[in-house]
Amino acid sequence: MSATDDSTGGSSESRLLEVEDLHVEFRTREATANVLNGVGYHVDAGETLAVLGESGSGKSVTAQTVMGILDTPPGFVTKGAIRYRGEELLSATEDRRRGLRGENMAMIFQDALSALNPVYTVGFQIAEQFRFRRGMSRKDAMAKAAEMLDLVKIPNAKQRVKEFPHQFSGGMRQRAMIAMSLALDPDLLIADEPTTALDVTVQAQIMDLLDELRRERGMGLILITHDLGVVAEVADRIAVMYAGRVVEESDAESLYKRPAHPYTEGLMESIPRLDQKGEQLASIKGLPPNLANIPEGCPFHPRCHRATDECRRKVPELLELRPGRYSACHFAEELISSE
Amino acid sequence: MGRYILRRLLQLIPVFIGTTFIIYSLVWAIPGNPFAGMCGPRGCPPAFIEQMTQEYNLDKPLPVQYVLYLGQLFSGNFGQTFNGIEVSTLIQNAYPVTLKLATIALVFEAVIGIAAGILTALRGKGFVDNLVLAATLFLIAVPVFVSGFVIQVVFGVQLEWIQPSVGSDPTIGQLIAPGLVLGSLSMAYIARLTRTAMFENKRADYIRTATAKGLKPRRVVSVHMLRNSLIPVITFIGTDFGALMGGAIVTEGVFNIHGIGGLVFDAIKTQEGVTVTGVVTLLVVVYLLMNLLVDILYAALDPRIRYD
Amino acid sequence: MTNAGEGQQRILAAGAYAEGEIEARQQGESGDELPGTPEPHQPPKQEKQRGLWGDAWLELRRKPLFIIGSVIILLLVAISIFPGFFAPGDPNAQNLTLARQGPSADAPFGYDSIGRDIYTRVIHGARASIVVGVLATLLTVAIGSLVGLFAGYFGGKTDSFLARFAEIFLGLPFVLGAIVILSVFNAGIQGAPGTIRIMLQVILTIGVLAWPISMRIMRSAAIAAKQQDYVNAAKALGASHTRIIFKHVLPNCLAPVMVYATIALGQFVGLEATLSYLGLGLQYPVVSWGMMISDSQQYIISTPHMLLFPAGFLVITVLAFVMLGDAVRDALDPKQR
Repeated sequence: MSATDDSTGGSSESRLLEVEDLHVEFRTREATANVLNGVGYHVDAGETLAVLGESGSGKSVTAQTVMGILDTPPGFVTKGAIRYRGEELLSATEDRRRGLRGENMAMIFQDALSALNPVYTVGFQIAEQFRFRRGMSRKDAMAKAAEMLDLVKIPNAKQRVKEFPHQFSGGMRQRAMIAMSLALDPDLLIADEPTTALDVTVQAQIMDLLDELRRERGMGLILITHDLGVVAEVADRIAVMYAGRVVEESDAESLYKRPAHPYTEGLMESIPRLDQKGEQLASIKGLPPNLANIPEGCPFHPRCHRATDECRRKVPELLELRPGRYSACHFAEELISSE
Repeated sequence: MGRYILRRLLQLIPVFIGTTFIIYSLVWAIPGNPFAGMCGPRGCPPAFIEQMTQEYNLDKPLPVQYVLYLGQLFSGNFGQTFNGIEVSTLIQNAYPVTLKLATIALVFEAVIGIAAGILTALRGKGFVDNLVLAATLFLIAVPVFVSGFVIQVVFGVQLEWIQPSVGSDPTIGQLIAPGLVLGSLSMAYIARLTRTAMFENKRADYIRTATAKGLKPRRVVSVHMLRNSLIPVITFIGTDFGALMGGAIVTEGVFNIHGIGGLVFDAIKTQEGVTVTGVVTLLVVVYLLMNLLVDILYAALDPRIRYD
Repeated sequence: MTNAGEGQQRILAAGAYAEGEIEARQQGESGDELPGTPEPHQPPKQEKQRGLWGDAWLELRRKPLFIIGSVIILLLVAISIFPGFFAPGDPNAQNLTLARQGPSADAPFGYDSIGRDIYTRVIHGARASIVVGVLATLLTVAIGSLVGLFAGYFGGKTDSFLARFAEIFLGLPFVLGAIVILSVFNAGIQGAPGTIRIMLQVILTIGVLAWPISMRIMRSAAIAAKQQDYVNAAKALGASHTRIIFKHVLPNCLAPVMVYATIALGQFVGLEATLSYLGLGLQYPVVSWGMMISDSQQYIISTPHMLLFPAGFLVITVLAFVMLGDAVRDALDPKQR
């Protein structure tokens, strides 16, 4: 049922990261929210996977579960598997998982201002990893930290390691965050909305930097975003998430040409485009589902203009329509062969 | 930084003047005759009244009296009591005792309070957390004179573990039980403050980042969480020192410690205005200087505070 | 601060926004999300929006701290309104032949050093504690809130002047300051003072010394509230300062002050007892727990019940208010949950 097993034909061992049928619940006193309901995707080395979806679709929670930094409680993994280079992580010891963090997989966050500790210098926070994971001296670690700032193209790096996060501009802060995540040379980088908090011009610079670093280092990159525009240029493949599931997965080009899920269609219609001047911008009607009470059948049906009785009863499976193209919609075949 | 300190120092001046003026006018502007009831039932001898009137310029308007008094104070002259004892001598005898007592209380409340706060934050919601919360609730609810009393009777009189009445020139050991009593309320506040700050910071983004870097939990807590959580706690401890010195009066009374609390209390009862204003002025100075220290410390601990 | 969102909802509801938009805003601060797609709550809340006070009430009703605290306080209030119903005797009646007798069927709490019935005195002492506590809290919060509101709202010179002014009173050591003020009051008394005069003195003294704390709380809440969009909107619409302060800023600053007020109530009850214990607060003919505890000092070894019962009532009363304050704070300050 998951897309990951047989897409692109690679065997499980060659996969950098594989998420399979992941279920996560958020338990509060009032209710239990089914935040992830069988997420599956994979990333290979050197590849960029964009994970697309609204807030609450579960894209960040999936990433946190992969990293092992999900807040428990309220979050609990109830089912599924996460494999890093074939190694099952959910059953691994906490020590092993901590060993992987930073060293093999790293994460950068949306708001670098709050993600960096305000009372320590940027250099201290980067150097920390060299000191405590590599056993370097304070001085050597600081020199390495300056090197890392240099790598992410922060000018005057030797001076800036001594500055505090609030003394950096937004773009520079995000660069510092990237430098910190790459310190131990991980081969998987998860970027959770890395450009959302930034100005448009800075956004492009950060995306270029990430793309360049991925290429140079042969990293796998998971790019979590809600911005289709960002994804277009850098993503090799795209996974679209809705209500804690992957509803469409495809190579970027085909998806842009012809979405195979009404939700993806809706997302694309809601981006402003220069060639459609004067037309009203479309939006997806209605609200994302209440995760404590996901509608029966296809979770998207209350907002879908194609919804039929079948959609209200039966959850569509994520099926391969064309090589490398998956969709979870009863009308997927119709959509993909339209026009 | 230097300019910041200077600016804060300048801001303290009007506060110092305001506070001491209030005390001065309260003490000397007691409705009616300031000497009424001062020298026992027979009243003060006219010679004394005249001498006092002259020495403290009581025939001049209040603000003038106050300014002249301050001038005396700054030249080191605290004045004399009715019996002709130098107030500065009285203060010199009493101040160190209260200073010792307040320091002991401060150490207790800081160490136990912070430790309890950290413990609850690390253990999360559960038995330990509830236990500490209940204990702090109880400490807050029991007034110092009641807890002092009970400890004095149980540990001092019945079990004879401590000396129930300390007397003059006490040792550190004798002041431990009174110090615990004095610091108990603040101890509860510090435990709660630490706990709240730790719980809040536990969910902060930068803690998640530190975890995502693969740092050991101990380092995440002791370096990233603690430093940020202790900023408000240290602020509280600093400002509390002045409060402890001024608030020691009840504890000193219960354990018969001859500190400034007792000195002021007796002075108020016998209407020794000179002693009262002298001691309270010193307390205000301690309070204001501790506030200044806290401001400086705050700026040093939190780099986001700007000095301008 | 804690309840900025509520005011925003109210303004939005009153304005000319479409229904859907209001709902979208209510879901939380929307960032640069996908156009037309509001973000859901995670984990999802209950369907109906209730606002801060409604939420707080629902939360409170489930809290054992709140329930226990409220029951004790209600009982104390009943006792202080109708002390005669609980203890019909005269609290000042003495019978020296009964002096220092222990608890018995006749007198459940025993007799004090001059043969007064401790149970009757404890019951009649509740009124002084509750009245002083409540009125002192009201006075403190009223002065402090008003000054804090103006300081926070107007900012600038007004703020620094008022802040310095408050610091002057904060600089006075609390107990010492109270002792000095009360001795001034007491010096002005000629002959036997009346009950009302004695209580008023204590209330005023606490009010004068404690108002800067609620002023600081109100001030920072007002600073946070005045930066909200709905205040700017009201300003842009030409509302007067008075109107903005009392219609828009004040309602959004009430929560933190409420929390302080409940906790302060307990503290003031304790403070009144401390002052009475020192012989400067309440005095004969008023009956107060602090005085009773003070009376017990010399007899504490031989007659422990003289201390036990008034101290027990005092501790339970303060505890009840602090518990209530704790529960209210937890309910009104979502950060602490």
